[in-house]
Amino acid sequence: MPGGGGAKLSLQMVTNVDERSVNNLSAIPKEEYLYKCTSACAGCSSSLCLRYVLKAAGPDTVLVVPACCTSVIQGIYPGTAMNVPVYNIAFAAAAACASGLSDALSARGKETNVIVYAGDGGTVDIGIQSLSGAFERGTNFLYICYDNEAYGNTGMQRSGSTPLGARTTTTPGGKRTAKKDLDRIVEAHNPPYMATACSAYPLDLYKKVKKALSIEGPKFIHILAPCPPGWRYPTEKTVEMGKLAVKTGTWILYEREFGKLSINGPSKAAMRKPAPLEDYINGQGRFKNLSPEIASEIRQQVERNIQRLSREEAGIC
Amino acid sequence: MRERLALSRPTEASSGKTGSWRTFRPVVDKEACNACGLCAQYCPDGVIDEELNIDLDYCKGCGICSNECPKQAIAMVREER
Repeated sequence: MPGGGGAKLSLQMVTNVDERSVNNLSAIPKEEYLYKCTSACAGCSSSLCLRYVLKAAGPDTVLVVPACCTSVIQGIYPGTAMNVPVYNIAFAAAAACASGLSDALSARGKETNVIVYAGDGGTVDIGIQSLSGAFERGTNFLYICYDNEAYGNTGMQRSGSTPLGARTTTTPGGKRTAKKDLDRIVEAHNPPYMATACSAYPLDLYKKVKKALSIEGPKFIHILAPCPPGWRYPTEKTVEMGKLAVKTGTWILYEREFGKLSINGPSKAAMRKPAPLEDYINGQGRFKNLSPEIASEIRQQVERNIQRLSREEAGIC
Repeated sequence: MRERLALSRPTEASSGKTGSWRTFRPVVDKEACNACGLCAQYCPDGVIDEELNIDLDYCKGCGICSNECPKQAIAMVREER
């Protein structure tokens, strides 16, 4: 194991987060570490999520950003919209770079947060080997994947994370295979903490980032980030779309601490009585002219996923 | 550190004033507003401050604030240029 030594593997809680304190808006820090005027599209989920990630992480943070929308929205040299150090790195190397940074910082006795903020292409497809390697090494860092279900900044090509039936520029007739289940791949590495979040629930995301950063070891947060130009819906519906994804059960908010699953409030209600899937699908241009067979296949996938997670939470399987 | 290292410095307006991207401008009805702060919470660019004033130099006019306002106090009005 490089650098940091065996102390890292103890996976203990370093500080306690008072969860009750972040249940309202006033508990969120006022400081913005993402300055106004990034070059993100109007209604971008990525900049909304990044605001809350950086608020939770605070100024003593290093961001590692592989090629993704976030590496574009920083702005143009000599200015940058981010008020924390950012390391822009190649697609395949984000987690490897964070591994080195984390070990170097701990060797110098610093407790700087190392956060990888990567898109779904850089996580699910290209960066998955370095992600797997860093989790296996037990690097002390937080990996955040914000998932807009396609390669956004190059013009919406399909990624491994694109769901079944979605039209992208490289799958004009709709994608024929299902979305890769990244969470179960990460779960197989037995990380001390992993969670899913959604940009429509920023306070929930804030809490999860706070909690993740209080735990030593490799942490993972998977954020669903609706994307107006990619999913082809009007810009004002970004938050609505995220809420619909959760309410229909398409996206389930949960946390897994040391392997123990707990499903979060909004998803608990949604899993008991999911909203009609059509509300979610019909609002998006990428699912236009979806054939009934594909639609029912998507519905079955959602139901299977809900059943699997609720069985696991009840301790049945 | 070398003096002429090519570092980007944090600054506002790193991509110019994005207010010019706007087609629809948010107009707040202060009478209807109950200051819940949801608009500021959901603004992707953080252009709504604590007093819930919208910084129109940077607002891109996405309309999330208008869509999420529980009191429908924010109207989106077409920009005249």
